[in-house]
Amino acid sequence: MAGRHRRNAMHRPGTAIRVWLSHHGRSALASLGDLARAPLATVMTVAVVGIALALPAGLHLATRNLSVVAQGWQEDTALSLFLTPNLDSAKAKALAEQLGRRPDLAGVRLITPAEGLAELGEASGLAGAVGLLAENPLPTVLALEPTPALAADPTALEALRDTLATFPNVADARLDTAWVQRVHALLDLGASAALMLAALLAMAVLLVVGNTLRLEVAHRRREVELMALVGATHAFVRRPFLYAGAWYGLLGGFVAVIIVTLGVALVQSPVSRLANLYGTEFRLAWLDATALLALLVGGPLLGLIGAWLAVGRHLAACEPR
Amino acid sequence: MIRFDHVTKRYPERGEALHDLSFELDSGEMAFLTGRSGAGKSTLLKLVGLLERPTRGSVMVNGRDLGTLSRRKIPYYRREVGIIFQDHHLLPDRSVFDNVALPLVVSRMGRPEIARRVRAALDQVGLLDKERVLPASLSGGEQQRVGIARAVVGRPSVILADEPTGNLDPDLAREIMQLFRRFHQVGVTLLIATHDVALITAMPYRTLTLDQGRLVIDSGIW
Repeated sequence: MAGRHRRNAMHRPGTAIRVWLSHHGRSALASLGDLARAPLATVMTVAVVGIALALPAGLHLATRNLSVVAQGWQEDTALSLFLTPNLDSAKAKALAEQLGRRPDLAGVRLITPAEGLAELGEASGLAGAVGLLAENPLPTVLALEPTPALAADPTALEALRDTLATFPNVADARLDTAWVQRVHALLDLGASAALMLAALLAMAVLLVVGNTLRLEVAHRRREVELMALVGATHAFVRRPFLYAGAWYGLLGGFVAVIIVTLGVALVQSPVSRLANLYGTEFRLAWLDATALLALLVGGPLLGLIGAWLAVGRHLAACEPR
Repeated sequence: MIRFDHVTKRYPERGEALHDLSFELDSGEMAFLTGRSGAGKSTLLKLVGLLERPTRGSVMVNGRDLGTLSRRKIPYYRREVGIIFQDHHLLPDRSVFDNVALPLVVSRMGRPEIARRVRAALDQVGLLDKERVLPASLSGGEQQRVGIARAVVGRPSVILADEPTGNLDPDLAREIMQLFRRFHQVGVTLLIATHDVALITAMPYRTLTLDQGRLVIDSGIW
């Protein structure tokens, strides 16, 4: 009776939870200690995991930065109507007003040949040369600014250009954004490539961690079998390996963050110089919260799954046949 | 209580190890299992310890049919059974204390209680002063006693021993047997496999003799 009482006292809920927590804490620290005892092997595995995670993260960051640049171009989307040469200015003005009433256009700016010539002289730095021209070769131009809704829809924009090209007195209609569309398509491709690369390299992380721990389990087979023999549950046997896998993933995630951050820091100064040449300023974006979270949570998670797969096979061998 | 009911165990590689075996051991009984090597002693112990399952028939231990025990419950069953191996099965890189503590650690017992019970078990086998050393620095008899301490530290109701005195000289073997008698006196069920006939005929316990997987002699109760 006294013994029974003792046992109940030991299994008070608070005590049970404390024992469980202290067991987990010790497991986590112990597996970290195991990793520290084989520094070379650990560093190599962590480096492989880190590089595998850094590649898609870096590609993701590159696409994101280019998108920011391309976003700036998107705002410049414009449609230019070149009117027939020597059209009289009243007709040009009437056309401008007619187009100004369209709901899909946010603004219409009429550029007379004289204004066009002045702008060209200013922008090209060839004001002197332009002044030498005997007569103005430029036509009147209507610069149309589409509404943002229209600008975001390349097909509608192209349809509008085709319609406007058939208007009387219009010699040519040009969409200045065809190449911007191409850049966006390329960026979309880059983003999908990053996703695909991420999926493939996640698999690689799984295999690397799984294989490392498979060797570890094989190395400690006697211990694993003995623990199962004296009544260890599968969860108990698995736990230190799962922690080891999670540590590999977490440390690899940190390495990936460091690699990508170093990469951004290295590229920043050449990019700044390039932006300066174009008369703008451009600061590269660093890893955002989502990407950080993906690396530092996804990494350990992948390690955990890899460890689970590696240990499962050996545990099955401890089942009674 | 251990009951075998028409148990047959067949291995794919070497055929039948046990054939249509039936016997019953009362709760708190101590019995020896003898027979030439290859007679099926180890197989029988493995079936009781649920390291293996019978091909046919049923094994009941403490009123439970082991065949119906689900996978999740196997670890908890194994904690009720202490197993002593001929080659000790000690972990060479762990101290004597850690080796003995293993069954308690895996059952998630608190540290102070583990220390108390491990010392009590080591005291029983007379190795209290060796808790810090590695198994390799112990003699064969001492290593065997560490294995025994590990088997009893969880206070199992059943103890199985496979050739526990196999590598020991007669004096040490008698010492180990004395230890088993002490466990028997406190109500533990013991089944001890040995081919050391000289040793067991000197002791008043039931003896089951196996020959080619069949129970040929059940000496009954003395």
